[in-house]
Amino acid sequence: MAIFLTKESKVIVQGMTGSEGQKHTRRMLASGTNIVGGVNPRKAGTSVDFDGTEVPVFGSVAEAIEKTGADVTVIFVPPKFAKDAVVEAIDAEIGLAVVITEGIAVHDTAAFWAHAQTRGNKTRIVGPNCPGLITPGESNAGIIPADITTSGRIGLVSKSGTLTYQMMYELRDLGFSTCVGIGGDPIIGTTHIDALAAFEADPDTDLIVMIGEIGGDAEERAADFIKANVTKPVVGYVAGFTAPEGKTMGHAGAIVSGSSGTAQAKKEALEAAGVKVGKTPSETARLARAALDG
Amino acid sequence: MDLFEYQARDLFAKHGVPVLAGEVIDTPEAAREVTERLGGRSVVKAQVKTGGRGKAGGVKLAADPDDAVEKAGQILGMDIKGHTVHKVMLAETAPDIAEEYYVSYLLDRTNRTFLAMASVEGGMDIEEVAATKPEALAKIPVDANVGVTAEKAREIVAAAKFPAEVADEVAEVLQTLWKTFVAEDALLVEVNPLAKVADGRIIALDGKVSLDENAEFRHADHAELEDKAAANPLEAAAKAKNLNYVKLDGEVGIIGNGAGLVMSTLDVVAYAGEAHADVKPANFLDIGGGASAEVMANGLEIILGDPDVKSVFVNVFGGITACDAVANGIVQALDLLKSKGEEVSKPLVVRLDGNNAELGRQILTDANHPLVQQVDTMDGAADRAAELAAAK
Repeated sequence: MAIFLTKESKVIVQGMTGSEGQKHTRRMLASGTNIVGGVNPRKAGTSVDFDGTEVPVFGSVAEAIEKTGADVTVIFVPPKFAKDAVVEAIDAEIGLAVVITEGIAVHDTAAFWAHAQTRGNKTRIVGPNCPGLITPGESNAGIIPADITTSGRIGLVSKSGTLTYQMMYELRDLGFSTCVGIGGDPIIGTTHIDALAAFEADPDTDLIVMIGEIGGDAEERAADFIKANVTKPVVGYVAGFTAPEGKTMGHAGAIVSGSSGTAQAKKEALEAAGVKVGKTPSETARLARAALDG
Repeated sequence: MDLFEYQARDLFAKHGVPVLAGEVIDTPEAAREVTERLGGRSVVKAQVKTGGRGKAGGVKLAADPDDAVEKAGQILGMDIKGHTVHKVMLAETAPDIAEEYYVSYLLDRTNRTFLAMASVEGGMDIEEVAATKPEALAKIPVDANVGVTAEKAREIVAAAKFPAEVADEVAEVLQTLWKTFVAEDALLVEVNPLAKVADGRIIALDGKVSLDENAEFRHADHAELEDKAAANPLEAAAKAKNLNYVKLDGEVGIIGNGAGLVMSTLDVVAYAGEAHADVKPANFLDIGGGASAEVMANGLEIILGDPDVKSVFVNVFGGITACDAVANGIVQALDLLKSKGEEVSKPLVVRLDGNNAELGRQILTDANHPLVQQVDTMDGAADRAAELAAAK
């Protein structure tokens, strides 16, 4: 079953003909993803060969959907053009848009998010500035390495790419139902709460691992949601306890402003909701093992 | 990027928000000519990126050009909450202030939209108003694609209960301020106070602007707004090399890949430091996905050039990045630094995991560099790096 992405997913890539897009399309194909096309209006009608797999290029997302039945798009378009690419995906009413692009201006993200709401919120947006999501053994939409681990019964949702990989590695013998990297920007589409709700409803997920970091109040709101709605065990980790106030730590959204957005506040909120929170990634992995055994 | 008041003033003026005339100077003597231009009197205002400068004596009224020189001399060089005053703005003296209001636009992360905030109780710290008198602060969401129309501006004015006689003018300011917010790709524009002065005019007397660095591709002019003088020299050097670096005040230099993993590394080192003379991380440095030898060399050069650093922890999880490439990067970086004549004497603790970790570890083992030690786990490596820093 998994969440958001399964082996039935038909995936297109916006920006497939660019260097990042090509590199990762090849990797996605190699991990079994059903990639049915790319989008580039200037190269419509051509195709790209990926080690023997010919992937057709379409002029628009709408055309790609019409010709292939695509229901997922992965977006590698550079920041300058990312807003238009996401708006196009929303207008075509594709089910899931995974925005990998890092460095999109906040006004652009706010604009495409507002557009999605105006259009009735028919497209689930993951990201921007995220590694995408993977349902191991079934499909991989984004840049998460497919060979870290296999299919299992842990659901993972994380703001950070490399911490996602680290946690998949720590728990690689147990495996994951789906791992969702939601991204570290100030405005993101899919939130911790969206993923928690989906994992709670997913019969193939027994335990949820949630990774947060400084900035905003998404973890605090997730804690409230867990308290009210999640019956499955949740294990958490928050990065950035030692981050100074007012400095952006790599991710555009990772900033402590005054007393808000601190790792300590997030940890306390999660613990108050019954979430076991690790001090380090390795301790978090131990807590996850214990929770599964318990 | 947070701007100085004078830079905010310039942007407000550019987009039609009413402001007083003002000029920025960095020597006391320059105050004379500017004050003459401003009509013989001026307000001398310290330019620092922190609040509370008035209470600290950073704002003074100058009665004449000579007085302006004296007041500028008193304020320049002053320390306000750890910020040294390098510049003062001389502003035209305002007519008597009748009322002080507050207006701002900002990013509302929680609701994934923009927010207008307005209050007729301006002039003081707005966080205090929000905490003690929340009903006095109106908060109205603004759709990013619709913006602040005349209708929206009237809605904000009504919600904040502005007096009828200023409603039209405040609504006008709200629209020009929105123009500033959008046209400059700001994360925050704030006017506090927005003053009603004796002759009835509405004027932005002080303001804050924070700009989105991700939007620099459409704002070539924003680079000039950067406060290069105040930047930490290591941060400036790192920025020049496109490295994502933040200087901290500990002793263990940190290099890692991915913002989340590096933040986590800082935490793990700080915990490990508790057992080793309380050493702490010296910096945040994310070398990103690529991690070529050159990027690694640039990163190592910055970190080894930090006199506070006693040991270095290189923490890489190979996702897309292959660990053998990272290992080669470390070896080549050390050679590169040596060939530049830089003596490297600080120990490096390296932890490689993930994609091609075995290969990477073998490369480092074969290189057998006297300063490089490998530890297989993140916790163990952090402990070793902290121990080495404490022993120095």
